[in-house]
Amino acid sequence: MQDFEFHAPTTLEEAASLLNKHGDDAKIMAGGTSLTTLLRQSLISPEHIISLHRVAGNNAIAHADGVLRVGALATQRDMETSAVVKQHAPLLAEAYRRVATVRIRNFATVGGGIAHADPAMDPPSALLILGANVKVVSSGGERTIPLSDVYTDYYETTLEPDEIVAELQVPTQPADQKWVYIKYLPRTEDDYATVSVAAMGKLDGGKISDVRVGLGAVGPTAIRATVVEDKLRGVECSLDALRAASQEVAAIVDPTTDPRGSAEYKRDMSVVFTRRALEQVLGVTG
Amino acid sequence: MTSTPIKHTVNLTVNGKSYSAEVPTYRTLVDMLRYDLGLTGTKETCSVGVCGACTIMLDGKMSSSCITLAVRADGADIQTIEGVADGDKLHPVQEAFIANGGFQCGACTPGQIMAAKSLLEEIPHPTEAQIKEWMMGNLCRCTGYYQIIDSIKAAAEAK
Repeated sequence: MQDFEFHAPTTLEEAASLLNKHGDDAKIMAGGTSLTTLLRQSLISPEHIISLHRVAGNNAIAHADGVLRVGALATQRDMETSAVVKQHAPLLAEAYRRVATVRIRNFATVGGGIAHADPAMDPPSALLILGANVKVVSSGGERTIPLSDVYTDYYETTLEPDEIVAELQVPTQPADQKWVYIKYLPRTEDDYATVSVAAMGKLDGGKISDVRVGLGAVGPTAIRATVVEDKLRGVECSLDALRAASQEVAAIVDPTTDPRGSAEYKRDMSVVFTRRALEQVLGVTG
Repeated sequence: MTSTPIKHTVNLTVNGKSYSAEVPTYRTLVDMLRYDLGLTGTKETCSVGVCGACTIMLDGKMSSSCITLAVRADGADIQTIEGVADGDKLHPVQEAFIANGGFQCGACTPGQIMAAKSLLEEIPHPTEAQIKEWMMGNLCRCTGYYQIIDSIKAAAEAK
């Protein structure tokens, strides 16, 4: 590991100012669980690390006016255990619960996870189908962007070099929809998924009135499978309909071969686990 | 890399005792504990936060000291395996691991004990499912895990 200048600002404004000064030569560190691993493996070698561990607050989890607001420094363990999250976005509480281990979730933050943009993480697919937005700050001001506009490629985002994730905003999960988060793990329980699927949906008189599907670990970014949703919305619910719609994900995933499975296998499993998730949320069994 | 690494003074409280050392910014907390402070009870095995051997408590929270920078821990209150026993009197979790064969080679044991103690502090009487979910972050290549689960159940009953 190379050495670097280490900064420990006490406010987000101060952190943004340091980031503005050092730009591409600097990295923000929140919980540090991913960043320190990248440093140790010499996959990154920033000249400056701006640690947010002395920034007080900015970790509240609150719900008001139909929106769950999460300070970016809330930990992933906070998301898993928060009564507010369990009440207003139970899918999200479950997705965060499945991340790595308690020891990692104790320090890994919500904002750090978003900025890290690892497509195999658990929360992004759930956040995408819930329609999450992200507030980012810089020394020039702030802006709020849909999460679907944040991810562009493996570990790549549309965030500017001087922007810091400040808040996650998630519309209340519709209480009348069934939901599921399926993490397919052929190896160990603490691993990244081979394929993961988040889904929500409801029936109205036998017809599918709403359905949402997101996938993780199947390409350069987590994705929302709108092609599946469009094919099912308003349709009479049947196993054949779910089966046919699930086939559509084969064309939108772009997995790589790694120790968790070959690209071909992951493509097949994307179809299988999409169908299983749909069966669960729409109450059909094969 | 500069020829002289950038260093910071890091002050820590470890098991109730104050320590200070000047360390390079890239020093991990596990290396500071072992090589700067001589506290070699904490082991490093996988170096990527997966195996749990380096588990310590950082400001009351279970943490991987191999993926924590020492400079980030400046001012922190840390507990390591060396602080678990009260002098010669072993902690009930340690007694239970001995009585139930919860270890063989011992490489993972400091981390297992720290994680098990942390679990019982948060959930005094965990179910087997809760034990498995909590402890899945601590790998053991000897015991097959069942003796570890037995040890934790026994420690919960002993309390």
